[in-house]
Amino acid sequence: MTDAAISPGAPAARPASSARDALLKKRHRSEKLFRAQGIAAIVIAMIFLVVLVGRIVVQGYSTFETHTLTVPVYLNPERIDTSALEGVNYDYIVAEAMMKKLGVQDDDLGTVSSKVQDLVSRDFGNQLLQMVKKDHSLIGKTVDVTGSVKADADLYYKGEIKRSTAEGDRKLDNQQLDWLDRLRKDGTVKAGFNTKFFTNSDSTEPEQAGVWGAVIGSAMMLVITALIAIPVGVMAAVYLEEFAPKNRWTDVIEVNINNLAAVPSIVYGLLGLALFINWLHVPRGSPLVGGLVLALMALPTVIIATRSALKAVPPSIREAALGVGASKAQTVFHHVLPLAMPGVMTGAILSLAHALGETAPLLMIGMVAFVPGAPESFTSSATVLPVQVFIWENASERAFHERTAAAIIVLLVFMIVMNAAAVILRRRFERRW
Amino acid sequence: MLTWLSLLFLALFSGAAFMAGRSRALKSSGGSTAKLHSLPNYYGLYAALWAGAPAALLLLLGAAFGGRVEDAMLQAQRPAVVQALTPDRQDVFFSDVSAVAVGQAPSEVAYEGPLKAAFDAKVVEAKRIDGIVSYSVLGLAGLLALAGFLLATPRINTEFRARNRVEGWIAGVLVACSVAAVLTTLGIVMSLIYESWRFFESVSPLSFLFGTEWAPQIAMRADQVASSGAFGAVPLFAGTFLVMMIAMLVAAPIGLYSAIYLSEYAGRGLRSTIKPLLEILAGVPTVVYGFFAALTVGPLFRAFFNGIGEQMAGGPLDGIAQYLMQVQNQMALVAGVVMGIMLIPFVSSLSDDIINSVPQSLRDGSYAMGATKSETVKKVVLPAALPGIMAAMLLAVSRAVGETMIVTMAAGLQAKLTANPLDTVTTVTVQIVTLLTGDQEFDSPKTLSAFGLGLTLFVVTLCLNIIALRIVQKYREQYD
Repeated sequence: MTDAAISPGAPAARPASSARDALLKKRHRSEKLFRAQGIAAIVIAMIFLVVLVGRIVVQGYSTFETHTLTVPVYLNPERIDTSALEGVNYDYIVAEAMMKKLGVQDDDLGTVSSKVQDLVSRDFGNQLLQMVKKDHSLIGKTVDVTGSVKADADLYYKGEIKRSTAEGDRKLDNQQLDWLDRLRKDGTVKAGFNTKFFTNSDSTEPEQAGVWGAVIGSAMMLVITALIAIPVGVMAAVYLEEFAPKNRWTDVIEVNINNLAAVPSIVYGLLGLALFINWLHVPRGSPLVGGLVLALMALPTVIIATRSALKAVPPSIREAALGVGASKAQTVFHHVLPLAMPGVMTGAILSLAHALGETAPLLMIGMVAFVPGAPESFTSSATVLPVQVFIWENASERAFHERTAAAIIVLLVFMIVMNAAAVILRRRFERRW
Repeated sequence: MLTWLSLLFLALFSGAAFMAGRSRALKSSGGSTAKLHSLPNYYGLYAALWAGAPAALLLLLGAAFGGRVEDAMLQAQRPAVVQALTPDRQDVFFSDVSAVAVGQAPSEVAYEGPLKAAFDAKVVEAKRIDGIVSYSVLGLAGLLALAGFLLATPRINTEFRARNRVEGWIAGVLVACSVAAVLTTLGIVMSLIYESWRFFESVSPLSFLFGTEWAPQIAMRADQVASSGAFGAVPLFAGTFLVMMIAMLVAAPIGLYSAIYLSEYAGRGLRSTIKPLLEILAGVPTVVYGFFAALTVGPLFRAFFNGIGEQMAGGPLDGIAQYLMQVQNQMALVAGVVMGIMLIPFVSSLSDDIINSVPQSLRDGSYAMGATKSETVKKVVLPAALPGIMAAMLLAVSRAVGETMIVTMAAGLQAKLTANPLDTVTTVTVQIVTLLTGDQEFDSPKTLSAFGLGLTLFVVTLCLNIIALRIVQKYREQYD
């Protein structure tokens, strides 16, 4: 380049000072605008976060409170056939006790008793059955039974069902609301912490439904996922990072793993359906098949995280080990891998947390079934927390909506615990070389 | 149960082999480790691996494939009564046989007369075959363990290079693990192609890819109207595209602007609080976003549009007003916006990395010329980071295309060819879920079409990912 090219004959005319000030002002204005746009973007994102979490907490926290009532039930020997205890209509016996308490009489059509039955959970009947089964001598006596009120009554106590709504538009009529008010006033109904939500499994009745079965199902599934994805992923990463020659074949594996990490989760569901269920006949909807599918899904993430942890270990460590006569395998397994372990564990926990929240592939492999209990083995039918959320969200009864939000809170707590564990692990063992 | 017990037993046996190998090595060197080629534990490991690994592999293979072998053996001979049944019924027959043989309840089909006799005979046969297969696997595993032990231990002496042999085993296991990733891809591709092949045997690929009507409902009887179903996937692609566009319109500007602000303007404190908060948004399970979309955003948008419709009703735009008043909870806009929220942290963290990797010298040069910060960002940093940002956006698009739960819960099920964001639409992923969550018969095009959709989805997202990776690779080393 010659001098002539960069020095034009005369300098460009400078703009007059007023025009320059205007230009500068404009430039500063656009600077401010740009900054404001950035702040606005962050504020919007934060608003989304607050609204999302806030809405769910607002919708869900009421589930943790519940209303129970205690009623003395007279176990009428005329109604209870000792030879067929299962066949007795305990719900009606409970309804009788309730009517006695409320001081109302049943009519011929049984409308009053069915209205009363709409207020108390079917759990009362079950409790009576268990009591009588255990001890026949109770028949003819009066026993105190405590149980939940029905979900609609619970919603009324919580103010979700309002008296101001037109009578036809709500589940409970005025008479039922009057009864509920009376029960609350005389202290029969008590508010308390909803332990049942944590100890019960799914149920068709919202007041009886809980997350225990789903929590156990999730845990069992994560055990399978962890047992497969972590060892296989770590070893694959060790091979690729430490042992593999750099050739076409390892390039293929590498590109492949990056692509696998971005395959939509639902495709893994299709794989699980075709491979594990149709071909290998693994039982549908079991923690085993769910864990296998999620393990395949988590595998690429574990590999990628482990590789970056291994990369962070400086070569001097390897050279020192090799220098004192360790073999390649000894170098890796005695020195490099232990040093990379915090990073490996962080990646593994994060990928497990991700697997915990996954829903779509599990729908494919039959985990949408109604499962009223905790799974007994890895091959029995199970449900997991996110799927439970999905099932409840589809339920028509309104009380299930608050339970859905509560189940989400439980799920989020698990995720936060796992993420926090990963962060703590990273902080605690972080090492700068 | 039997498998677990035998695996436990095998573990004990190989533990014993470990002790035997170790002590044999020590004995051969007269108790001094210095004379041995390898450390004593390596001799033990060598013996334990030969005693345990092949047999364990056989047991696991037996657990995975034993059932299939048994089925094949059982179905090799079909009595005439069974052959007279339709293929479907034959399958039911055999699955009932297997169920009864392991003590489970059969399906509700009743078997009578000669069929009942054949059924009972087959149940006995199934039990016999089950016994033969599982005990022969056990016996073979036992033999393998013993043979491995007997082969390995005599070779142990002071000269034996046990460490190298054990490391050979380790290398083998490592290679096998890294092949697992390739096998997963192969499994995905094979299963998708195999099932899609069966689908395309009954529906032509052209009418699948270019057909504009999607109605996979199959009639119960052949003579019913519309017995064939329609498998034109264009409305699904259109719906997917629409939702994806809306999501990107939300996620791209918000994500990009927040990334720019965080990396260029924000101080350390702000950055270290905002980033983890954004990561929370990224860690929330998609089913939670779906719930949020269905129960909060959907009703909110509906109320909003219905309200606008009521304001406008009777005015010059009465037609639109009437339409707005009928907008429902489920619409493409709800799913798109919520999916956009989900993608914000994805876009922002990827863009943040890329913007951070633009060398400081470029910025300094720009400042030295008198440029303001925003001018530097717009004219220098963003153009330099553009390929990376493009790649990030493509990855976000691929996420949006493959996202399932939000659209399942918020976009509706009607397959409509529409560009109206207030309409209900359906997407590829929603259809896969709905097609496969009911009863599954793997002979009907209805079920198999899900695999056709899955294959399309896989191919599309794969292309997007490859393009994104290529862009990153091509421009990555520009400043190094």
